[in-house]
Amino acid sequence: MIEIRNVYKSFGPLEVLKGVNLSVEKGEVVSVIGGSGSGKSTLLTCINGLEPINSGTILVDGVEVHAKTTDLNLLRRKIGIVFQQFNAFPHLTVLENVTLAPRKVLGMSKAAAEEIAVKQLTHVGLADKLSVYPGRLSGGQQQRMAIARALAMSPAYVLFDEVTSALDPQLVGEVLDTLKLLANEGMTMICVTHEMSFARDVSDRVAFFHKGVLAEIAPPDQFFSAPQHPETREFLSNIR
Amino acid sequence: MFDTALTLSDLMFLIKGAGMTLAVTFFAVTGGTLLGLLFGVLRAQISVWAALPLIFVLDVFRSVPLLIQLVLANAFQAIAGLNMPPFATSCIVLALYTSAYCTEIVRGAIDAVPTVTRRAARSLGLSWGQDMRYIVFPMALRVALPSWIGLTLGVMKDSALVLWLGLIELLRSGQILVTRLQEPMFILMVVGAIYFLMSFPIARLGGQLEKRWREND
Repeated sequence: MIEIRNVYKSFGPLEVLKGVNLSVEKGEVVSVIGGSGSGKSTLLTCINGLEPINSGTILVDGVEVHAKTTDLNLLRRKIGIVFQQFNAFPHLTVLENVTLAPRKVLGMSKAAAEEIAVKQLTHVGLADKLSVYPGRLSGGQQQRMAIARALAMSPAYVLFDEVTSALDPQLVGEVLDTLKLLANEGMTMICVTHEMSFARDVSDRVAFFHKGVLAEIAPPDQFFSAPQHPETREFLSNIR
Repeated sequence: MFDTALTLSDLMFLIKGAGMTLAVTFFAVTGGTLLGLLFGVLRAQISVWAALPLIFVLDVFRSVPLLIQLVLANAFQAIAGLNMPPFATSCIVLALYTSAYCTEIVRGAIDAVPTVTRRAARSLGLSWGQDMRYIVFPMALRVALPSWIGLTLGVMKDSALVLWLGLIELLRSGQILVTRLQEPMFILMVVGAIYFLMSFPIARLGGQLEKRWREND
């Protein structure tokens, strides 16, 4: 379970998170929507400790992420994250990209890591690209590789940070299909997204991020048909 | 048509000088690169303010002419009673000089690795050291190599200045032969050709590596 309690975060004078609260249960898919540059992505990088926070607490399975005594390298094993930019390791083949962390972080043998990597890459439809370097892949393929790379660590949670935003429109579908597949398999996911249809069809709950807080959190039916918060109504009317 | 007094043993004398040039270059580049790696990682890691003393010292090594550095270092070590052989003094000065340039190459190459790529590595659970070893260094190496090859070739030529400390390296051997044989044009051509033969493989090696890496992108 991920519990975000009253989290504040600022970059210099700019306050991006102003008291964010959110709990995500095991197996739940939560979509976070909201305007660009509003701090949604920052929230994700705070959850795995890439960004420090100013106040509040974030607990992952009861472990406080920002406590000084927390071993972040250990904690990050169970929190996968996929970024908007594809972030392939360009000097490694697709297979090496995916096996690196299982081998070096989990200490798996090469054979064991490759078995898992091949399984995950097959899962995302890249079984025929194992020995290819990322530079030869399309954006959609690179992003699916990044998803396989995160999954190869068998994380308990995967955070998706606008994973389709940097893709050509015709490539968005293949990545969303992969996300849907994961959601259906019961993976716990927090997805920052601009894809409203994804948020509506796949999420268990949708959260609206506005002015540094999660202004409204509701199941998708209610969220899209009867939003409570005036700001949510305005946001939804603008994107329709 | 062409006549020269240069004998085989004179040629061997030049080759011996070339050996000295290679030896000085080898120690200077090896030492300079190791120091440059250390300082470069430090520079990329700590803030500009914390690195200020290091930046200042390295700037001195980069801006004071190498000849002055060599002569002063040799004088200082004599005054300090260290009794260092000129070969050691030469290698140390050249290594520090090389490290000053190498530091900037390393820092620039590390900075060229996108932050988001490093974040991706860290979020997979890789430690700082693992990120450095498996992601940053391999990626930075591709950026740094052309400049590093250039630096190495430059140091090989700059190493001629150690003749001021009495070392008989390639250029000094050439000078000695010129004085004796009075055939400056021909001998300098031979010396130049030997410099070229020593540089060419290094330049080609760099070219080959770059080509191989480019094929992956």
